[in-house]
Amino acid sequence: MALKLNQSEFEIVRDKGKCISCQVCVRQCSNDVHEYDEDDGTVLSDNSKCVGCHRCETLCPTGSIKIKRRESEFKSNANWTAEHLKNIYKQAETGGVVLTSMGCDKPYPVYWDHILFNASQVTNPSIDPLREPMEIKTFIGRKPDRLELKPVRESGSNIIRFKNNLEPQLELSVPVLFSAMSYGSISLNAVKSLAKAASEFGTFYNTGEGGLHKDLRGYGNNTIVQVASGRFGVDKDYLNSGAAVEIKIGQGAKPGIGGHLPGEKVNYDVSTTRMIPEGSDAISPAPHHDIYSIEDLSQLIYALKEATEYKKPVGVKISAVHNVAPIASGIVRAGADFISIDGFRGGTGAAPQVIRDNVGIPIELALAAVDIRLREEGIRHKVSLIVAGSIRSSADVIKAIALGADAVYIGTAALVALGCHLCQKCYTSKCNWGIATQDPYLTKRLNPEIGTRKLINLLTAWSHEIKEMLGGAGINAIESLRGNREHLRGVGLNEKELSILGIKHAGEAW
Amino acid sequence: MDYKNYIKKLNNEFSAVNQAPVFKNKHEKYVSGYRVPSGCAVFGIINEDGQLFDGRMVIDGIAMMHDRSNGLGGGFAAYGIYPQYKNEYAFHVFYDDSIARKEAEIFLHKAFKILYADEIPTQKVKSISSPPIIARYFLRPKNISIELEGFESKNDLNDEIINRAEEEFVASFVSNFNADPGGSYIISSGKNMGIFKGVGYPEDIGEFYKLDDYSAYIWTSHGRFPTNSTGWWGGAHPFGFLNWSVVHNGEISSYGTNKRFVSGFGYKCSFSTDTEVLAYLFDLLVRKHGISLYLINYILAAPFWDDIEILPEDIKEFLKALRIIYGRALVNGPFSIVVGNNNFMYALNDRIKLRPLVAAKKGPLTFVSSEESAIRKVCTNPDAIWNPKGGEPVMVFIKGKEPAVKSGIKIKKENFIESVSSLNSSFAGALE
Repeated sequence: MALKLNQSEFEIVRDKGKCISCQVCVRQCSNDVHEYDEDDGTVLSDNSKCVGCHRCETLCPTGSIKIKRRESEFKSNANWTAEHLKNIYKQAETGGVVLTSMGCDKPYPVYWDHILFNASQVTNPSIDPLREPMEIKTFIGRKPDRLELKPVRESGSNIIRFKNNLEPQLELSVPVLFSAMSYGSISLNAVKSLAKAASEFGTFYNTGEGGLHKDLRGYGNNTIVQVASGRFGVDKDYLNSGAAVEIKIGQGAKPGIGGHLPGEKVNYDVSTTRMIPEGSDAISPAPHHDIYSIEDLSQLIYALKEATEYKKPVGVKISAVHNVAPIASGIVRAGADFISIDGFRGGTGAAPQVIRDNVGIPIELALAAVDIRLREEGIRHKVSLIVAGSIRSSADVIKAIALGADAVYIGTAALVALGCHLCQKCYTSKCNWGIATQDPYLTKRLNPEIGTRKLINLLTAWSHEIKEMLGGAGINAIESLRGNREHLRGVGLNEKELSILGIKHAGEAW
Repeated sequence: MDYKNYIKKLNNEFSAVNQAPVFKNKHEKYVSGYRVPSGCAVFGIINEDGQLFDGRMVIDGIAMMHDRSNGLGGGFAAYGIYPQYKNEYAFHVFYDDSIARKEAEIFLHKAFKILYADEIPTQKVKSISSPPIIARYFLRPKNISIELEGFESKNDLNDEIINRAEEEFVASFVSNFNADPGGSYIISSGKNMGIFKGVGYPEDIGEFYKLDDYSAYIWTSHGRFPTNSTGWWGGAHPFGFLNWSVVHNGEISSYGTNKRFVSGFGYKCSFSTDTEVLAYLFDLLVRKHGISLYLINYILAAPFWDDIEILPEDIKEFLKALRIIYGRALVNGPFSIVVGNNNFMYALNDRIKLRPLVAAKKGPLTFVSSEESAIRKVCTNPDAIWNPKGGEPVMVFIKGKEPAVKSGIKIKKENFIESVSSLNSSFAGALE
């Protein structure tokens, strides 16, 4: 085998003067980086095993550990970067696909950071959310063209009631939902935290394709149950225990490919939840094998509506790909009540790196294109748009809504609230923060009660910030911002980007 | 019996005419997508007995609020002024020059039978300079009979269908006409009503148009304080569309959302003013969607979710549905508006009352105004004077022209009155 420099990414710097050899780091690290030398009475560290999750640094009682990027570097080369070299060395050795986790980390343009929001001055009073009502309640579901009322006589009486033509809606107290993360890809404690937070705060979490664990049936009113290509855990009971159903066609991090949960992770609990034998691989095919066309999708949508007696919105999740606008238009016409669009920076539990970093388009452009397309076709109101794929702050939320989204999904942001440090090693199932793992030794580190509080705090903080920004722009209801691109301006964008985003450049007035 | 197809066909004919060279509008810069927010004064008077009175009272009222405008826009809408042509569409049109006029009249001749046309009489007023050509036409849509051939039998037709078809045709004509920046603008297109507006203080505009010579049962007026330096005659209020006229004080923060909403139903926003969107919202909701005027405030200035939440179950469900379906029609930001139509005058504030609006009553007269001073100026001793709450409309119908209550829904209607009184008395007849 040729010599290679597959150097470690991180360097563990231990201040020997501060270290008391308490071995907390040894016990906390699932990657076996730290080792206690009984003869010396000191703790040694192996840089090459470190994934940079910062668990040891965070928990070290004396603050003696610092995780640094390792200084020794490949010879500088803008084309043949260290990553390319390392991947080739790895692949030359193993013949395998390079796996990774979480969202694309390459320096593609982040359009959120080139969009600025508006505020009122003089001609229009800004509104103080601490003194005036400020409404961010949001409804997800198909809206009719117009209100129609049908008088219905109550049986056995003269009272006439009016039935309106509104179809089932999800009611959100904030335009933010927790996006699909399956039990299996993340721990039950993580899912519990999401479910409890969604239900306490008045929003929704999504089961992903992992089925619905029996402990979570009680949160059904705040659950979106997903139907993915593997159909794991799907039966009539499952469909009806959620508030809405989402058909997963694609995921932003890995458009066009399926998923694979290795048999080692399919323990008793996961196996009963997914309704598959214990220890068997859970393979989600790339396509749904009953959906090879838009008309097939329509059939599945209506099959699910039949199964849930038209009482629940049925949506479709797709990844943002080049042709996303016409695809979305087709999905509306196929009968979906909401469309979730996942941008290429969206997270994942495991994906081939080459797909994650090279396939799909940014959610900002996909959203703008879909919204305009649906509007031009006069069908925008027939569907709600939930966008995902790296919503990092309340500012991203408000910009997404002004671009035309009804609400956003957050996945990574929610996991970060639970302690995730974005080390991108979810696929190893050794998550030291107890999130992306099924190892009971690790999962017990995440207390669902505390996790719930943290998620609620995050939503509370973002709600406050959204209200402040809305009020500043002289708006007191979020529906008045939806698709209101007049309140957005681009900075440092070219004409084409501005035209796709449908916004003016900063400096241009109304 | 599809009159829409007919209109489409007619519109295609227009677009053929459109191939003719278009003379660029010298005001194009005002309508290039820049929107001009404005502070303003609004004033309106209605005589609910339908008795006509001349323009002096409304001029004196709006003149009292001189300081609320800055001389860059004033105007009036008057209802009942053309009884001799009350069944014809009365168009008031601004032309930049005679070339634009010649161009436009080709369209008018093609689409309408012109029963009478003149230039609106004006007089010289010192402060009013460089007015456009201001023409007036009384029109009857041509060729609607062609469309009627599409009906199964003549018996299918009634006046209502014909009127609706005509209205739809005129709406589409006006919308397309104004969207084309050819230097001509239809500023008024209703029946037995007219809009008189321009660049100047409203009292001077009133003198300019000799409004003392007109008699109407509804007068609304506007003094404008735009926040750009140049006034444009077409940009003054009232904004008119079919029988609707809207005067508006405020800035719409939800403009982008509202514009998208009405655009989805084929309305073209050509005047780059917030006010235009309001007129289209009224036209869409009331004329096209058939929503009772009694309910309009629950859409444009929708009650807060918290206020809806405490209502009895069925009303809650109804208001919730209304707000969910028409969320994009919620008008956000500060406004007070006075809307005129042949049978009523309607005034409304935004839901947290960020702009002033005062109302008063004296015998058959109802006044609405930005300031009480204007009302006191023309009516020293009103029977009642009040400040409508945010989102609470002042709605006055000409006697006998109130929207009819359909039988069968009446039971519900009474329930509504009772249970909603705590929220807003105007809910009465919500479901007519």
